Amino acid sequence: MIELTVNGTTHPVDADPSTPLLYVLRNDLQLNGAKFGCGLGQCGACTVMVDDKAVFSCRTPVSSAAGRAIKTVEGLGTADHPGPLQRAFIEEQAAQCGYCIAGMMMRGQALLEKNPAASEAEIREALQPNLCRCGTHSRIIRAIKRGGALIRAAANTPQTGGAAR
Amino acid sequence: MNAPAFPELSRRALLAAGGALVVSFSLRGIGSALAQSAAPERAPDGKTLDSWIQIEANGTVTIFTGRTEFGQGVKTALLQVAAEELYLDPATLKIVSCDTALTPDEGYTSGSRSMKISGKAMRAAAAQAREILLKQAAAKFSTSAEGLKLERGKIVAPDGRSLGYGELVADNFLHVEADEKPKLKEPKSYTVVGHPFARVDIPAKVTGGAAYIQDLRLPGMVHARVVRPPTYAAVLRSVDAAKVEKMPGVLKVVRDGSYLAVIAEKEFQAITAMQALAAAAKWDEQAVLPANYAALYEFLQNTQSQEVVIHDNKVPLPPDVRTVVATFKRDYQMHGSIGPSCAVALFDNGKLTVWAQNQGAYPLREAVAELVNLPAEKVRCIHVEGAGCYGHNGADDAGGDAALLAMALPGRPVRVQWMRQDEHGWEPYGSAMLSKARASVDARGQIVDWEYDVWSMTHSTRPGGAKCLSASWYREQPLKLPPARAPKPTETDGNRNATPPYKVPSIRIVHHHIKEMALRVSALRSLGAYMNVFANESLMDELARAASADPVDFRIRHLDDSRAIDVIRATAERFGWSQSRLPQGRGRGFAYARYRNGETYVAVAVEADVDRASGAVRLRRIAATADSGQAVSPDGIRNQIEGGIHQAASWTLYEAVSFDKMRITSRDWAGYPIMRFDAVPDAVDVQIIDRPGKPFLGTGEAAQGPTAAAIANAVADAIGTRIYELPLKPERIKAAIRV
Repeated sequence: MIELTVNGTTHPVDADPSTPLLYVLRNDLQLNGAKFGCGLGQCGACTVMVDDKAVFSCRTPVSSAAGRAIKTVEGLGTADHPGPLQRAFIEEQAAQCGYCIAGMMMRGQALLEKNPAASEAEIREALQPNLCRCGTHSRIIRAIKRGGALIRAAANTPQTGGAAR
Repeated sequence: MNAPAFPELSRRALLAAGGALVVSFSLRGIGSALAQSAAPERAPDGKTLDSWIQIEANGTVTIFTGRTEFGQGVKTALLQVAAEELYLDPATLKIVSCDTALTPDEGYTSGSRSMKISGKAMRAAAAQAREILLKQAAAKFSTSAEGLKLERGKIVAPDGRSLGYGELVADNFLHVEADEKPKLKEPKSYTVVGHPFARVDIPAKVTGGAAYIQDLRLPGMVHARVVRPPTYAAVLRSVDAAKVEKMPGVLKVVRDGSYLAVIAEKEFQAITAMQALAAAAKWDEQAVLPANYAALYEFLQNTQSQEVVIHDNKVPLPPDVRTVVATFKRDYQMHGSIGPSCAVALFDNGKLTVWAQNQGAYPLREAVAELVNLPAEKVRCIHVEGAGCYGHNGADDAGGDAALLAMALPGRPVRVQWMRQDEHGWEPYGSAMLSKARASVDARGQIVDWEYDVWSMTHSTRPGGAKCLSASWYREQPLKLPPARAPKPTETDGNRNATPPYKVPSIRIVHHHIKEMALRVSALRSLGAYMNVFANESLMDELARAASADPVDFRIRHLDDSRAIDVIRATAERFGWSQSRLPQGRGRGFAYARYRNGETYVAVAVEADVDRASGAVRLRRIAATADSGQAVSPDGIRNQIEGGIHQAASWTLYEAVSFDKMRITSRDWAGYPIMRFDAVPDAVDVQIIDRPGKPFLGTGEAAQGPTAAAIANAVADAIGTRIYELPLKPERIKAAIRV
């Protein structure tokens, strides 16, 4: 049994230790966020955060993620109460098919957690491992920039309770 | 009783659904596709109004469409159109899309026809339903319909009495012949169409909601992987499956001729078993492909083709003309969906249900029924969105795989997920093409003659029957794709946008259709238009140069259509088009086309830098203008045009499927590189010209051709010589500079 801590909750998982984290997240934990794109670490559709880093979950054996803080796009908020980066993607309408978007968001989240004032050049560099095929690139860049602004605004506003809207 | 056709799902509703699939679904986190599959079946013939629209006693309005969402925003736009005519908030309507048990047969979602045809039909259906509601209300209020007002789901009488739509529902009251020309709202009174309305599918996509076929998890579902042959023509000589059958979780190895697959309890078990099975399989291969692109283009020109004459209206040339001649090429390019194809199927109680992404559920049902030898009425196909497909990718094939494997394991839902190398190697590509152009300007700088010959393999091998599903080619009793029939000369297939949109007194346009294919090909976004517009608009720049004219002015003076001129002028203005000198290595390019010569108008201007040492192109900024007629969803149009620009930029600068005489060698993103973020243009600025009251025009494919041509023209401007072959790879640019 492997213990995985995903979005703050710890789950016992019965999986072969060599199973890529991606399949455990999607099938054992029924989380849709991380996507299968290539299984080769070439496209980034499977990107999640492990501790403070964005990683390819298709190339991360589940055993190596045990005991570490895993974050998926589900950990950023919900459709009813979207977190800042999710709000930013909705406000920018930054998706077409959307299949790559959760991976883009986790790559963006990892960047913004370090530097919520990341420049466009830094955003492009961070997103370099991830592919989009619909051509939503410009909107994705704008959405991550906006997400940074929303995170900074939230940090500067005293919490008044309730979920961010 | 007006039976609710699309109930809020509860476990009871699900089990009560007599004709529906009887499976005990877990309803937690249920996706719309699952909900849809549990709804009672109907038999919409498309002729009656209730094929398209249903209103329940609780006031819920559901629209039914045969069009499929693949990220282009069609669901959102159709909801807006229906909500407008029904005076409803579009967020309150439901939409059911592309399901052989629920929606009318609208053929394929292709060719940028959704809004033009289905948008128009949906508008008419909603308007007719509104008029019926008004009549019902007038009878209940004992008043005339004229004085009644509609307000967000209610009809209000002059004396203040009001009734909700649900209260006006009567038995089969929408079961009337669909009227194609009901009374429509005046566009100037629109409050929904043309107004911002966020895409309905985005919240789930950014929060990990169940949004894709890949997210479908049925109780008891098992996982399958197919071991594809190494080449198109390979034959499975032998495979020792005994060891694989004993691997953990493996339920079954399926072999049918050269069709080989494995089914396992868990997904990674299926992958591991597939790898072991692939290692154990011995194939007889033979070289069936052209050795390289040079050989392919030889084949294109020299094999026997069928001539499809599009225009033949030649008149003698005046004296003193300047003539430009050019040969253009376009290598094979792939759809390259980010999510490889996936499908789920269940064979239970003699009925087969297939959940798959597709461009048409009815044609897929025909194909699957034939593949598994069941009558069509025993097969239900339900479209579920997948990753963007941009045409005919592996999605239908995956549906065929899932169907075959589900038949081999009755009672368990079987999920087939293609691996990356399956998608890259087995999807049908956009056909390689070659064209020869010859055009002349007279001494006044007017075009006096235009000849264009284009050679192409087919751009459509969609189902079409079981023979169009790749699984059928490798079974013990194999099927074979027949030679492609010659297309009509009607802006279709390889001749799409072959005709220039300009005034030319003497013209001959011929499409040389090649019925065989070397690599597997089918519909890729815009079909032949991408290549033909690249060629025509490259030629226009050469003609402008021969006439010593500015490329923008030269285009405008050869156009009659004021809407074409408007998008060109608006783009030139937004871009700041001029003849001012640019720094060394920088160029600007312009292009225009109206998709299919009848859909959305698009003009594109590009500024690009070319590094002379490496031959690499860097796109600095792109401005574009689109006129899609009455704009239903302006940001949806902008998103489609922006997306088309980025995607076509990637096609144009980087993309060519590679192969040798044995096999496809573009098997992953390293072997088929596409645009990454460092190459995204610094600015992509798209503006929309709205035309209230004009017909909706198809948008999804309209940017592909003009983008390619504007980039090619900018590169030509930057380096002083032209590249005639797509993609504009650094090697080609370096070679052109050296000449």
